[in-house]
Amino acid sequence: MAKRLFVKGNEAVAMAAIEAGCRYYFGYPITPQSDIPEYLSRELPKLGGEFIQAESEIASINMLLGASATGVRAMTSSSSPGISLKQEGISYMAGSELPGVIVNISRSGPGLGGIDASQADYFQSVKGGGHGGYHIVVLAPASVQEMYDLTMLAFDLADIYRMPAMVLGDSVVGQMKEALVANRRPETKLPPKDWAVRGKGDGEQRVVKSLFLGDGELEAHNWRLHAKYQELKERETRWEEFETADAQLLVTAFGSTARIVKTAVLMARDAGLKVGLLRPVTLFPFPEKALLQATQQCKKVLDIELNTGQMVEDVRLSVARDAEVYFYGRPPGAGSLPTPEELFEQIRKYY
Amino acid sequence: MQQVFKKPVSLKDVQTHFCPGCHHGTIHRLVAEAMDEFGVQKRTIGVASVGCSVFLYGYFDVDVVEAPHGRAAAVATGVKRAKPESFVFTYQGDGDLAAIGTAEIIHAANRGEDITVIFVNNTTYGMTGGQMAPTTLVGQKTSTSPYGRNQSKDGAPIRMAELLSQLEGVAFSARVAVNSPKNLMDAKKQIKKAFQYQVEGKGFSFIEALSSCPTNWGLNPLMANSRVGTEMCDYFRLGVFKNTENL
Repeated sequence: MAKRLFVKGNEAVAMAAIEAGCRYYFGYPITPQSDIPEYLSRELPKLGGEFIQAESEIASINMLLGASATGVRAMTSSSSPGISLKQEGISYMAGSELPGVIVNISRSGPGLGGIDASQADYFQSVKGGGHGGYHIVVLAPASVQEMYDLTMLAFDLADIYRMPAMVLGDSVVGQMKEALVANRRPETKLPPKDWAVRGKGDGEQRVVKSLFLGDGELEAHNWRLHAKYQELKERETRWEEFETADAQLLVTAFGSTARIVKTAVLMARDAGLKVGLLRPVTLFPFPEKALLQATQQCKKVLDIELNTGQMVEDVRLSVARDAEVYFYGRPPGAGSLPTPEELFEQIRKYY
Repeated sequence: MQQVFKKPVSLKDVQTHFCPGCHHGTIHRLVAEAMDEFGVQKRTIGVASVGCSVFLYGYFDVDVVEAPHGRAAAVATGVKRAKPESFVFTYQGDGDLAAIGTAEIIHAANRGEDITVIFVNNTTYGMTGGQMAPTTLVGQKTSTSPYGRNQSKDGAPIRMAELLSQLEGVAFSARVAVNSPKNLMDAKKQIKKAFQYQVEGKGFSFIEALSSCPTNWGLNPLMANSRVGTEMCDYFRLGVFKNTENL
């Protein structure tokens, strides 16, 4: 049986990366995720891996691009302003169909903002972020255990679909310590990396690129990427439902905010209100079908986020026209995490 | 009969798309000849940058990764660290390496990454249409310096080969040109030296190759070629600026 540990969320990410077979990490320090590079700078050399503290976030994402192109499992991590800098490389990796894991332990913005928790990177994460119209896998852990499990999953999804995968945590799940069962890497059938550059040897030349100038080549490439995103929606959507069976009001929330919502849902249940929570675990692909199904009987949805309203747009797009969608959010700012009581009041208001 | 001259096996048998009088093709050939001589073709991973040089994979018969504008040295770092047994080179223009990619090149050089960088300096942004580059000579007219580069406003042209030679991690740094048979022979020699450093695992090697751009300079191929030997070589002095092992 796997050991039960008491660790920080950021450490869980680093441990999961190692368990997933990642031996190459490229990054740049930024609060509140620096535990990840610190952990990996200590552990990767012992495993014959490489840790590079790059000169910038831009350099580190491009080191990831280069390493991933050779077929190895590699990772970078950062926090919001750093992720903005990485967007160029993420777009190129998406265009070049390169796997690679990017961890965003997000903080508040815009600009330098602050270092407290925020969910204001939702748009940036799921709607592209960089140029050119693409998607990456986005996973939103709500606990230290999920920081571990979803990081391992991110490596598999990235390899299976040949695209970057992001673990979108925040400073709450990154910095808190709780129990972790460090499971072994699950057996997953992965496709061969017969596209990776390796030195051609006696084989055919391999080129990893995102430039397509031939007649119709780029259009075909984009349609193929689109088909991949559709396949992800069909096969890889993940979500958690909590007290939803008889819910009259469905609350949607992701990541650390969903944990506060859970307490508020229990308070509502105690008060006799039939309230449930649907928590998207994959933000891309978004659990559209699950939401549509959940709102067949329950016609009221309250979306709660630690921002002024981002995921709520996807919630609205997912539910049928006759379901009402309300929003309650708090923009980032020091000490502005909502309390369960505060959220319970909102639930009561819209119930 | 003995064959004394042939196409390098590391080059594909294709027609060039470069403009008449451009030196890219010549520099490609010298790099391919060095690959052949060291027998590294089969373990080579090239890193293509943007601009005219991006089409690397159309000419070299080696595996290639394409990098975003300026980031080739960082991409090459990732490639080499993940596959240390491979021979890794980047091929970058002046807009790429000396402007947007200065941080990446300086830090890859300073880390002493065991890669070879081929830096093609034609004092302008070629594919983008002849705009001012960090290497544009003072007084040179380009589409974004229509009155000529003004040193007090635009700064002086950056001498990358000299600049990088200051860094501890750099094992070899040289500037060459291919505008005359003599310079071409010397260029071949220096490119081979640069390769040898990596083959022997001795650190970062850098070749700056002065190149013509007849189309964007508005000169015919002969005049462009002659400008390399006069104006360019006058400011960008040819030579070896660092050679740690005297290979």
